[in-house]
Amino acid sequence: MTDAIALLVAVPIVFALFPIAFGGRWEHMGWGTAALGALVHLGLSLTVAATVLSGGRFTYAVGGYTPPFGIELVGDGVSAVLVVLTSLVTVAVVAYARRAGPHSNTFYSELLVLTAGISGVFVTGDVFNLYVFIEITGLATYALVATGRGPAAALASLKYLLVGTVGASLYLLGVGYLYVATGTLNMADLASQLSSVGYGSPLVLTGFGLIVVGLAVKAALFPLHTWQPGAYAESPDSVTAYISALVSTAAAYALFRIIYAVFTPAFDAAVPFALDALVILASVSVVVGSVLAVLQSDLKRMLAYSSVAQFGLIVAGFAIANATAVTGGLVHLIGHAVMKAGLFVGVGALAGVAGGRTVDDFAGLAERAPLVSAAFAVLAFALVGVPPAIGFAGKWHIVLGAVEGGRWGVALVAVVSTLLTLAYFARVVERMYFRDAPAPAEESVAAAADGGDAELASDGGSDGDGDASGAASDAGAEPETISMTARIIVVGAAVAAVGVGLVATDLIAVFEPVLEVYF
Amino acid sequence: MIDLLATHYNYLMFVALVGLGLYGVTASSNLVKKIIGLNIFQVGIFLFIVTSGYIDGGSPPVVHGHGAETYVSPLPHVLILTAIVVGVSLTAVALALVVRIYEAYGTLDEDTIREVRLND
Repeated sequence: MTDAIALLVAVPIVFALFPIAFGGRWEHMGWGTAALGALVHLGLSLTVAATVLSGGRFTYAVGGYTPPFGIELVGDGVSAVLVVLTSLVTVAVVAYARRAGPHSNTFYSELLVLTAGISGVFVTGDVFNLYVFIEITGLATYALVATGRGPAAALASLKYLLVGTVGASLYLLGVGYLYVATGTLNMADLASQLSSVGYGSPLVLTGFGLIVVGLAVKAALFPLHTWQPGAYAESPDSVTAYISALVSTAAAYALFRIIYAVFTPAFDAAVPFALDALVILASVSVVVGSVLAVLQSDLKRMLAYSSVAQFGLIVAGFAIANATAVTGGLVHLIGHAVMKAGLFVGVGALAGVAGGRTVDDFAGLAERAPLVSAAFAVLAFALVGVPPAIGFAGKWHIVLGAVEGGRWGVALVAVVSTLLTLAYFARVVERMYFRDAPAPAEESVAAAADGGDAELASDGGSDGDGDASGAASDAGAEPETISMTARIIVVGAAVAAVGVGLVATDLIAVFEPVLEVYF
Repeated sequence: MIDLLATHYNYLMFVALVGLGLYGVTASSNLVKKIIGLNIFQVGIFLFIVTSGYIDGGSPPVVHGHGAETYVSPLPHVLILTAIVVGVSLTAVALALVVRIYEAYGTLDEDTIREVRLND
């Protein structure tokens, strides 16, 4: 069943055609198609994961052309975990989008194309193929960001497109340099060819620099992050949840593959300053991203800058180049995806109740939406790195690896960033739990709390949304209620963040065989 | 210097196009001109990769039964065909976004749009 790895890319693209082709005939077929596509994708990714867990790493020659001439797909511990993550996030976001929208058929087509692109990035073993998948991911993301209401979304999308395309083109140029130096594009073949060309060759060094800068743009490291806050803030909530969980993750994963599968730790030994520079870039990103997050009042922007900081930490883990730190980077990569997706869905859902999405709007929200608020707080503390959540496991290994590698600066930055993360989440959680709701709504707080209870009570019924919104409007509160799916997703993400944290050692055991090859 | 111009003019052209394109993307405040700049930037990179496959005196990589000649590498050309398709799709999406932005703000000038948004 190794064909499943190729179908991971092919199936969502085929499904993406249906809502466009038949959308004129059946107006509301988009959601059903996307849901079916996401479930098939989940089945395929679980098949890939099962194959990897039972038989270890496997490769697949696309079209039967043997590598290094043909394109190779690689399934191993890291890519298997990430494709399963992709499927789960896709299923969750499709479920969330049913009520939260956008409701057009093309939206679902774009979402499926994006799923295909991201899956492709995770499984490919060919650097040019990786470029194509990065661009598919990019194109679908630009279109999805633009589905946001109003011209601000189009403007944010265009800005993302301009910056993102320059980044991807720099990556392509870097691949061109490596091709000129070695005459191959296959990752495994490049690894052996590069060492015979010599890591000190200007072509190889320039190629490395261009690829790293290109991917750093896509992963939104400071100062190349400028596209990201606008794109996250202006897109619809379902889109923000999806792209924050997976798009930058794909770029950071690509960076991991390039550093370890293509350049290998031998490159670091030969040319230490290359990864040193990346460590510095990543550390600056951690600090600046955290500080900018503290300064935001819009919650979506705050979470966006938080991603800049977290990706700085992940890339720092990759650049430290010892097994512990890289493990930490990978664990945090997965943990961040789960937590950020949950947090963005949480902000989207809570903003509906609060009537706005600034930090001050969230005052007293815990009384009005107790369940989602609690899950939001759990996710926030998980991202801060409170044990036993997954955020702790990732950061712990990064700090441990930094100390092991003698990089005290990174260890210090990680600790400072944890404090800053606490700073920007604590003020949100503090407002949610320890402040009263804003004055105009004050008299209805008690009634609204009753409404909240009614909502919870109706959770048991399968169709409780109608009653709950009735209860809320009786309470005189204009805000909408939180949909059932949004609740399940936010709570599910919170449970996953803690649950995966508890089994973090098993997750690390899955990564181990992959990293053993590199170190 | 003249020697370099005579033998490596393709690489000099690549550097010039990439520089020109990046300048267009960053310096112009007109959104359409930014997209034109982006295209020039990409074409520069395409030129670099395509010419890297060129061999002086090589023939096209089509075998007519008799071998023993020098062939140029077809791979860079194939790669760039793919990259051109990607570039065209990106331009299409970018122009669609520009249409939406123009409908909303009535201008394509970035600075004017910023002023309009601040006044809102």
